[in-house]
Amino acid sequence: MTVYWLCFILFLTGLYGVITRRNLVKIAISLSIMEFSIFLLLALVGYADGAVAPIVDPADPFKVYVDPLPQAMVLTAIVIGLATTAMLMAVIIRLYRKYGTFDIREIKNLRG
Amino acid sequence: MMNPLIPLFVAVPLAGAFLIMILGRFIKHFDRVAASLVLLFLVIISLHAIVSSGGSTSVYKVGGWEAVNKIPIGIYMVMDGFSVIVLCIVNLIGLLSVIYSISYISRYTSENFFYSLFCLMVAGMNGVVLSGDLFNIFVFLEISAISSYALVAFGVEKDELEATFKYQVLGGVASFLILFGIGFIYWKTKTLNIADVRTVFSTGYDRNYYLLVQILLLSGFGLKAAIIPFHAWLPDAHSSAPSPISAMLSGVLIKAIGIYVIIRLFFNMFAISEGMAVLITTLGTLSMFIGVFLAVGQWDIKRLLAYHSISQMGYVVLSAGIGMILISREIRYEVAALAIAGSIFHLINHAAFKSLLFLNAGAIEYSTGTRDLKEMGGLSKTMPVTSGTSFVASLSISGIPPFNGFFSKLIIIIAAVMARFYLLAALAALVSIITLASFLKFQRYAFYNQDPDRKKTKGKEVPFPMLFSMIILGMICLLLSLLVIPGIREMILTPATDILMDPSRYTSQITGT
Repeated sequence: MTVYWLCFILFLTGLYGVITRRNLVKIAISLSIMEFSIFLLLALVGYADGAVAPIVDPADPFKVYVDPLPQAMVLTAIVIGLATTAMLMAVIIRLYRKYGTFDIREIKNLRG
Repeated sequence: MMNPLIPLFVAVPLAGAFLIMILGRFIKHFDRVAASLVLLFLVIISLHAIVSSGGSTSVYKVGGWEAVNKIPIGIYMVMDGFSVIVLCIVNLIGLLSVIYSISYISRYTSENFFYSLFCLMVAGMNGVVLSGDLFNIFVFLEISAISSYALVAFGVEKDELEATFKYQVLGGVASFLILFGIGFIYWKTKTLNIADVRTVFSTGYDRNYYLLVQILLLSGFGLKAAIIPFHAWLPDAHSSAPSPISAMLSGVLIKAIGIYVIIRLFFNMFAISEGMAVLITTLGTLSMFIGVFLAVGQWDIKRLLAYHSISQMGYVVLSAGIGMILISREIRYEVAALAIAGSIFHLINHAAFKSLLFLNAGAIEYSTGTRDLKEMGGLSKTMPVTSGTSFVASLSISGIPPFNGFFSKLIIIIAAVMARFYLLAALAALVSIITLASFLKFQRYAFYNQDPDRKKTKGKEVPFPMLFSMIILGMICLLLSLLVIPGIREMILTPATDILMDPSRYTSQITGT
């Protein structure tokens, strides 16, 4: 059970970072932390004690296998996460060129 | 029965996006022609689907994986009465926005990227609407969200970049909450199919766990749909994007990946509980009420329209919530059906008039170069078509007969009164009046109100493709009023209401076939 709570704490750490950090790059990093806490949770969902990779062995019907579906989900989600992070970083680089700063307090054209 | 048309809704725009990216560099004008053809094809097959299906549900099993012991194992794509309506509006608004972009986007560089991202966004939205599988909803939602992040930033100026950064951070948090919710659902049920999740949950569940999952999904999709406590990103993103993209974002994106999924999951996947129903109704009322007050003080046209999107989405959520409350109390199903029909009808109508208003705002910006209402005036002389269509749309959104907005608001208010929520009915009417005031201000400052001190306002009528889209959308605003006529209503709105009212039918049609 501890390990699930650790995942949740990691998620909250990321959320804390997104809310409190002022630096654009640090916000992006905090988002990645949140993302990976969920990937860990998904991988844990499929985990079973003493289980092996899901290659069915007809000789041994009592073998325990891990659930392969969460692993496939995590792989897909990692690819999506890569695209999101790359997009976010591209925007941050552009923002830096326009404003000359990474500080979010100085980037406030839009109001109201 | 397998419907071979279903995968085309995703495959064709995906292929289009790929081809535009590759060939658009070498062949002149390939990008706009290909994008228009792709969207035209999608409109034709979605209209065919709505006419031929007659409200029946059809399923496509990707890869042909049949159910084992009545437990679905493959990826299911489901087209039923509700999703077919949303498909129609997504593709129709998409087609008109692409035609509009042909003139509008020529001011920007890298046009082929624009059309390619546009096709990707449409593919994502179609995928979300058709998916019968939770994880696929997440994947398609991310496809459309990532391309919309890029499209919001398409101008790469200060405002666009700031808006897209906010949008991406909040959109990212929303996606994580959704993925968290999906992970929790899979943990307990070991299935991702929406119909199957309902079957597994119906055999008993831990109440707190169920509530946690519901809250996670509601806040995730609520962030995507910009319901009021989660609305911070919407005015920035929708006002900074190029106008055809604003029309897509406000007109269909927040519905297809936000409201649609909320309604689908809370009616067809979760068992409706009264507490959740009251929460959703409250969120809807707050959005409706606060959104319109935030809109009143705006002088930037596109920000004004963006805040009105929040308010109008409040009507949709409020009305769906009233339906949920009645179903959870197991009383007066006919009123619940009326409320849900009103909600779906307003969803369709809002897509038509809000995208028209954003296209009008784009036309004004295109020809006068400003978005500030105080700097405009007297445009009704120089831009008659823009002025006329925006007049139609303004009357529609403020609920003046005979335009479509009147009928959907009327249905929502009647349903609220019949369900004895008199306060909500009064609030809905009040918000409608404030909306009218706000749009009278828009009309007066932009199109009439000639300032005698200044010399003649510059600006001339926009090119033909932009006019074409606006005129067609103006006609759609009028034609959609026909949906209240009994014969047409039963053909289009009733199947959607039925499938939402009766989750066991949804489940049996998917697992049984």
